[in-house]
Amino acid sequence: MIEVKNIRKSFGENIILNDVSAQMQAGKCNLIIGASGSGKTVFMKCLVGLFEPDSGEILYQGQDFTSMSVDDKKEIRKQIGMLFQGSALFDSQTVEKNVMFPLDMFTKESHSAKLKRVNEALDRVNLEDSNKKFPAELSGGMKKRVGIARAIVLNPKYLFCDEPNSGLDPKTSLVIDKLIQEITQEYNITTIVNTHDMNSVMEIGDHIIYMHQGLKEWEGTRKEIIFSKNELLNEFIFASEFLKDAKDMRMLELSGKIDNDRNMDDILNNDGPLVQ
Amino acid sequence: MFSKPENGKMYWKELMHQCSEIGFGSLGIVAIISFFIGAVSALQTAYQLVSPVIPKSTIAQIVRDTVILEFAPTLVCIVLAGVVGSKIASELGNMRVSEQIDALEIMGINTKTYLVLPKILAAMIMIPLLVVVSMALGIYGGRVAGTASGIIAANVYDKGLNQNFVPYNVFFALVKSYTFAFLISSIPAYFGYYVVGGSLEIGRASTKAVVVSCVAILCADYILTAVLLQ
Repeated sequence: MIEVKNIRKSFGENIILNDVSAQMQAGKCNLIIGASGSGKTVFMKCLVGLFEPDSGEILYQGQDFTSMSVDDKKEIRKQIGMLFQGSALFDSQTVEKNVMFPLDMFTKESHSAKLKRVNEALDRVNLEDSNKKFPAELSGGMKKRVGIARAIVLNPKYLFCDEPNSGLDPKTSLVIDKLIQEITQEYNITTIVNTHDMNSVMEIGDHIIYMHQGLKEWEGTRKEIIFSKNELLNEFIFASEFLKDAKDMRMLELSGKIDNDRNMDDILNNDGPLVQ
Repeated sequence: MFSKPENGKMYWKELMHQCSEIGFGSLGIVAIISFFIGAVSALQTAYQLVSPVIPKSTIAQIVRDTVILEFAPTLVCIVLAGVVGSKIASELGNMRVSEQIDALEIMGINTKTYLVLPKILAAMIMIPLLVVVSMALGIYGGRVAGTASGIIAANVYDKGLNQNFVPYNVFFALVKSYTFAFLISSIPAYFGYYVVGGSLEIGRASTKAVVVSCVAILCADYILTAVLLQ
């Protein structure tokens, strides 16, 4: 489990994270959501050690990551896999070499054993025939899947995904979301996803943290998020009219005031809001 | 800054890759520049040596010493600051901007040791070798130009090369080339590694790295000459 206690991070006068505390649930998909500039990327970078927080503690299984020696940090980092927003694949290496890189660096297995593991990881992300391709030959979704394969090839305990759906079409985003969810369950990984995609929130968010202007504003599950009374959260989630209508319809459905099929037709045939 | 490699074999592989990139990647341009520097040097020396009392073999001596003392180490390293320096800065800058360096850090790899150290070591191995090749080609270029233009006979040129040869000059040139190799690799690595922004900043960092490296080479050249040739 990862526990964050009162971390603060600022760049000059600009306070990015202000006394943020949270617990990432083990074996679940933990989502950090928030608008652009809310501090979620800095928060994630602090968690993985790319940024040093000004104060506070980040505990991995009770061990404070911020005060560890460099060697101890390296050991923790070997348990971390990360999918980057831009995939961060090594341009000059093939897909196979990209995925094999962590194995080459940290294991002493034979080449055939490593190749077997690479192929397993690529099979898992449905990229069976892409071993010899270079990143430039892949689509955005394929790059993300290679990034996931590279992140899981060493069987990490923690998987961090920074904006996994950025730049992807809704259908591919769904594929990536499903993949992250399945991998989390299959490998029993603690996954932390940084996103502002509401589809992802509703699809895979077991535990959700909402950040606003460097503060943790709300925390809960995907069931709770729909009915939350937090104004800032509601403003963020239901920024579009469509989602507002969908929420209103869901509320009416749950209260038994509407018939689902009939009112779906109403929505499609009417431009105005469902509930006045 | 640097730490014990996580896997010696991978670091060795990276060192060999960098040696190939820096050494063989620059061999062509170094060969062309060196040959023509030697050739032009022979023709210009002959043009200025108008006195009949000065033997023709002096041309070979002057070409030899100028190539060994200055042209091969300094001029070649200034060219390499452009060729190798910009490549190092843009490669690291691109890796920084596209989060590849972050990806390596998160894997638990010391990126300064894995990405920067092999480049510096490779430069310090390959650039002095390139300078030695440059010396040989520069002197040969002088011979070819001298004989082709009828200024000096080949045997006279060869005789001149053996006269008053000071082996210390080669040592001095190698000291310079080691120093310049460190500057050519470490300065661009610094600018590339710490790039912030996007592709425009990578270009700026690359240009800045080359300019700073060239100025550093010229300053170091003056200091080393003042200290070692007194």
